[in-house]
Amino acid sequence: MVASSPVSTQTVDLAARFPGIATPDTRPGYSGWIIPKEHLLEVARTLRDELGYDYLSHVTGVDYLPEGKMEVVYQVYKTTGGPGINFKVQVERRDPIEVPSIVSIYPGAEFQEREAWDLLGIRFTGHPDLRRILMWEGFEGHPLRKDWKEAYYEEEIKPYKSRWPEGRHVYAESKSPFADNVAYPAGFDPEKWVPTDPEQALYGALARYQVRDETGLETDHVIVNIGPQHPSTHGVFRAAVMLDGETIVSLKPVMGYLHRNHEKIGERNTYLMNMPYTDRLDYLSSMSNNFAYALTVEKLMNIKPPERAEYLRVMMAEFTRIANHLMAIGALTNDLGAYFTPMLYALEERELILDVFEAVSGSRMMCNYFRFGGVVRDLPEGTLEKIKDLAFERLPRKIDELDRFLSENEIVRSRGIGQGVLTAEDAIRYSATGPLLRASGVPYDIRRAEPYSIYDQFEFDVCVRQNGDIYDRLMIRFDEIRQSIRIIQQAVRRLPEGPIMAVKPAYTVRVPPGEAYARVEGPKGELGFYIISNGKPAPWRYHVRAPSFINLTAFGPMCTGQKVADMVAILGSIDIVLGEVDR
Amino acid sequence: MVPEDLNSPGYDIPPEARGQVAITTLDRIYNWGRSASVWPMMFGLACCAIEMICTAASRFDLARFGMEIMRPSPRQSDLMIVSGTVTKKMIPIIVRLYNQMPEPKYVLAMGACACGGGPFKEGYNVVSGVDKFIPVDVYVPGCPPTPQALLNGLMKIQEKIRGESIKTARWYQKGPDAAEIPIPILGPDLIDPRKMELLKSAVKGPEA
Repeated sequence: MVASSPVSTQTVDLAARFPGIATPDTRPGYSGWIIPKEHLLEVARTLRDELGYDYLSHVTGVDYLPEGKMEVVYQVYKTTGGPGINFKVQVERRDPIEVPSIVSIYPGAEFQEREAWDLLGIRFTGHPDLRRILMWEGFEGHPLRKDWKEAYYEEEIKPYKSRWPEGRHVYAESKSPFADNVAYPAGFDPEKWVPTDPEQALYGALARYQVRDETGLETDHVIVNIGPQHPSTHGVFRAAVMLDGETIVSLKPVMGYLHRNHEKIGERNTYLMNMPYTDRLDYLSSMSNNFAYALTVEKLMNIKPPERAEYLRVMMAEFTRIANHLMAIGALTNDLGAYFTPMLYALEERELILDVFEAVSGSRMMCNYFRFGGVVRDLPEGTLEKIKDLAFERLPRKIDELDRFLSENEIVRSRGIGQGVLTAEDAIRYSATGPLLRASGVPYDIRRAEPYSIYDQFEFDVCVRQNGDIYDRLMIRFDEIRQSIRIIQQAVRRLPEGPIMAVKPAYTVRVPPGEAYARVEGPKGELGFYIISNGKPAPWRYHVRAPSFINLTAFGPMCTGQKVADMVAILGSIDIVLGEVDR
Repeated sequence: MVPEDLNSPGYDIPPEARGQVAITTLDRIYNWGRSASVWPMMFGLACCAIEMICTAASRFDLARFGMEIMRPSPRQSDLMIVSGTVTKKMIPIIVRLYNQMPEPKYVLAMGACACGGGPFKEGYNVVSGVDKFIPVDVYVPGCPPTPQALLNGLMKIQEKIRGESIKTARWYQKGPDAAEIPIPILGPDLIDPRKMELLKSAVKGPEA
């Protein structure tokens, strides 16, 4: 970070604040503090209330199988900007593994703790609704544990020796007795097995709502399932809704229908192999995903890309933001009932941006463009002219046109203004990030709050809107597109000549042991990667802090009290991508 | 298909009747009508769904093929485009949707994941291709396939439709093809009811 940065770079010394409780994490390459689990709530409360770390970025677990330990990592930031701190709780790796839940202090941890329970089997005591979140109830085992093997397991780390023996490939199916990707626990007998209803726990949780009816009349409520096959859930998302008439009294998102085991596969892949997988997280904005992953590994390797590569990265990341927001605007207006017309306008511009991506990376959507220490290819001939035309001429005009069509539209205004309000306090409490947070009046943008890459050299405004309703969340996307265009314009003007890679390109990179968390302001919010390296070719822990997933924590509270038809619009205004929600 | 192809069953139309009379076979006109109005189900699973949307949008314009009407309900659709990774948690729903589609129905597996698991094949929650459960007519490879590739796959579906005959069409026959596919069960892992015998013998295997 540059010295002229306006935000404070001071971090807090927890050991001085909590003598005898907080101890610094002294493992090589690690930072942060280790807290005994008895004092976790006390420390978290002090961090939030006294020290100003009001925003919980992520919670995840790490399985240290050789050390016999299970660790829970917490990362907190201040919404006024500056670097964050992480603290960890270590417990013995013997079931039941129990850690106190911090949902009472940081409600944004709700889904993340459920995920850690689902995938790592860490039981969070005091969690209001601890169920599996990505896999179904009744699934055997906790897949992210290091001693859990998938059905097609071959070796710990790729490349597998069996893949090309003497140039011939072996089907993975041929290794399974069922010729399929399934494995059952030892002694599983389908005749004696009693099927459990996977929905039972969900409906039980759904029924725990606060009755606001004061008339004393007994009312029956209806459960409606929306999704996973529904045209307006943006993929395979499902919401179980408890209705009183048309009003939502409680809502539980159900996900995991696109859980593709990103993290388990990522811990078998080598570092470079993960790059194309990050494309498929938030498949609308692959360049941003690449950006966050490259930054994290570069932080571990302690390298910096050359200047031209930084400019190319910023240009591509901002184009991604524009493409993503165009899609978000189109999808949201679809959900409001404008059947595909605004979507066609938005997609027309998105196609032109995809042309740029195809020119630089060879693929329209799955760009796989970033490398550790640079980017993979320079701009081909003629592409800079295309970018100039888009940034200076076409996009500003077309965005204004789309804005003119939509912002004064009667239906957009009447269905958007005052609906689905998320207050600034709630947005921070639920760890919302990105346009969702900024539309609620919190000017928190990681490009300013903790600048990465070369964002401190650009002139742009942090977009903010005050009301936190659906309309503001639509409009802030127009604002952000305009700021992105500004950044691209500056980048095009100042694009230097020079190399695009800081190091020699290599298939296997040497990553020193340690931990790293790096984050970018993705189009949907804070996208971060938490990676632990133990010096091997593959990461020991590979965790994705997915903005869509964590933004959904606020979805239930936002919908409560609204009409069921507005649920669709609220979901559209959060802008989720299921590849990232479920990973 | 242009009308000339439709109107050439091998009979000569007298010159005075040309323009007013068309002679064709029942199969041809039946298939011509069906192939020019295939309604896909609005059913997106993952990344490939975005390319499917792009195919339907202005640059690639699916409407040229009579396919722009995407129906969210399986009851009204002819073609299921399985656009993305099929997971174990999702496959019971996909099979149920397939069972709910009326005949004649077609399935297009779009992308590497739907064809065979793709890059996520080794994942514990991923089904190795949708054809493990439902019959697939056309496979479109790619990750994701470009809109051009999807259009090519849709044209293959049209070709397939044109090659069919009422006399042999599966939906006018009685037989196992018309039977519903049993819905997979979510147990400790995914249980395919058709493989129940195999599963029982695998459990009893070591004892016997």
